Amino acid sequence: MDKFESFQGVAAPMPLVNIDTDMIIPKQFLKTIKRSGLGVNLFAEMRYDDDGNEIADFVLNQPAYRGAEILVAGDNFGCGSSREHAPWAIKDFGIKCVIAPSFADIFFNNCFKNGILPIALPQEQVDILMRDAERGSNARITVNLENQVLTTSEGETISFEVDPFRKHCLLEGLDDIGLTMERAPAIDAFEAQAAQARPWV
Amino acid sequence: MTGKTLYDKIWDAHLVHAAEDGTSLLYIDRHLVHEVTSPQAFEGLRMANRPVRAPEKTIAVPDHNVPTTEGRDKVIENEDSRIQVEALDKNARDFGINYYPVSDVRQGIVHIVGPEQGWTLPGMTVVCGDSHTATHGAFGALAHGIGTSEVEHVLATQTLIQSKSKNMKVEITGKLAPGVTAKDITLSVIGQTGTAGGTGYVIEYCGEAIRSLSMEGRMTVCNMAIEGGARAGLIAPDETTFEYVKGRPHAPKGAQWEAAMEWWKTLYSDDDAHWDKVVTIRGEDIAPVVTWGTSPEDVLPITDVVPAPESFKGGKVDAAKRALDYMGLKAGQKLSEIEIDTVFIGSCTNGRIEDLRAAAAILKGKKIKDGMRAMVVPGSGLVRAQAEEEGLADIFKAAGFEWRLAGCSMCLAMNPDQLSPGERCAATSNRNFEGRQGRGGRTHLMSPAMAAAAAITGHLTDVREMM
Repeated sequence: MDKFESFQGVAAPMPLVNIDTDMIIPKQFLKTIKRSGLGVNLFAEMRYDDDGNEIADFVLNQPAYRGAEILVAGDNFGCGSSREHAPWAIKDFGIKCVIAPSFADIFFNNCFKNGILPIALPQEQVDILMRDAERGSNARITVNLENQVLTTSEGETISFEVDPFRKHCLLEGLDDIGLTMERAPAIDAFEAQAAQARPWV
Repeated sequence: MTGKTLYDKIWDAHLVHAAEDGTSLLYIDRHLVHEVTSPQAFEGLRMANRPVRAPEKTIAVPDHNVPTTEGRDKVIENEDSRIQVEALDKNARDFGINYYPVSDVRQGIVHIVGPEQGWTLPGMTVVCGDSHTATHGAFGALAHGIGTSEVEHVLATQTLIQSKSKNMKVEITGKLAPGVTAKDITLSVIGQTGTAGGTGYVIEYCGEAIRSLSMEGRMTVCNMAIEGGARAGLIAPDETTFEYVKGRPHAPKGAQWEAAMEWWKTLYSDDDAHWDKVVTIRGEDIAPVVTWGTSPEDVLPITDVVPAPESFKGGKVDAAKRALDYMGLKAGQKLSEIEIDTVFIGSCTNGRIEDLRAAAAILKGKKIKDGMRAMVVPGSGLVRAQAEEEGLADIFKAAGFEWRLAGCSMCLAMNPDQLSPGERCAATSNRNFEGRQGRGGRTHLMSPAMAAAAAITGHLTDVREMM
């Protein structure tokens, strides 16, 4: 996984609440056996009409937001299915950071596994960033994970929380499996003990 | 010292390692796998030359993509679907994991097959690359959905990196009124707490109304814990649980059964356990409900009317406007007057034998409305066989229902079972999201009995009028 570096980017506003994983990546695109190439299908049913033409007023089709690297959204973003195709599509489109008042649990976890930073902030702060995002491509928001600070295009700073372990993994681009493999002796010991305590498992 | 919740007990029994910052390594007892969220995980193992650490604890079954029509064991027409199912065949073979292929009568929806075969047992940790893994919580197992990266992590290490959730108690007191089912309980809870109400929590469902439910009903309740935002839903095991588990192919036997029972009987929340949040609902206050919008929280008693978007607060006002527009409904319209085109009975929420019995009880001797498209998709081949033996299949067929083979089917419409734009469906599944059952399709969630009633009248119907 690539290391997560600080960046300044265009933020796309999506003020809708309960944006679910079926919206983010509709099921017809889950039939792939690969992780790549899903960016073109991100938000497909909101983004394209029945004939596959772009719907002009959808935010990511507007010239200002075609290169968005940040998404600012409403409450409970990513609710629904566990499909990791949702963060794969977001990442493949080029979005590296999603900001919302709250996230669904599985989607939130999946983001970190794919080098995406999900940031939960109080509604008032999301509102500030949403207004900034609505100003288009001239308003670029800065994401600094190291210092845990967002800076609006007007220089206003908003600090955010992130789990220290996940922050470390994002910054270093660490692979979870490799880290856990280092704990193999502890897993072996657990299995031996569990085989005694609960042999029916 | 404060007592422990059931969640605390299962967590503690599976903790491999806990770091100072709370990041923990949790041992996984059962890993369920299906064809849609696993190919990339197996590919990852191959690239890193890693084996599956515990193939004997790993169970795979194709369910999301498979057609539900005859002949599917010979050929799956859709090429992408076929490739995914073939990939699972190969991965199961190459990595030596337990497998129920399409041709096996035990094939079905992974969350129905696991309990049916006795893979799911009380006190276990169970994961699957599918959000409705919460279903297995009905056995007092800590069960939740994971993403594909985590699927690969569990395949490689049989553990999961986790941080502990908070404890939430949802108590349903008293008795349910006639016509009210487990589906009405679980939808009503989400209606009260919202789809984000459980975020950050593991829910334990308790109270007399929950205790009175069969295992099938308990699975329906826990299945939709995820729809309430919770990581998992749990119900403490009791005699009903033990009775269900006993004698299943992979349940412990003899002395091991006795040893297991000894531990299982300790699996309950202590009286002095700490709860971070408590929700109490009177069983008597729960009515048969239906959803009107595009989120499972958009739920109301069938006797109610479509709400006005202005009656909500914050971002929900715009969301409700969008939902009514998508659903083609107007505020003030009676829910019981909404006409439907299609009925879908099935899914991991309501595809078990008891669900089919409940629907058949309403349909017996009746016909579905002219022009109605109606299908029953049993949750597994064994549920299907049992329903045929009990005569339920004949009732469905005589009423005008299509009698299908097992799979996820129209719950998520990855196979050919889909809604057309504008088509309105009474569904026993779990999500009414935009496009969930097919682009432009309109979904109303409800219990199997309510769906059967709607099939007969052609509109959303209070099943109590037909009992």
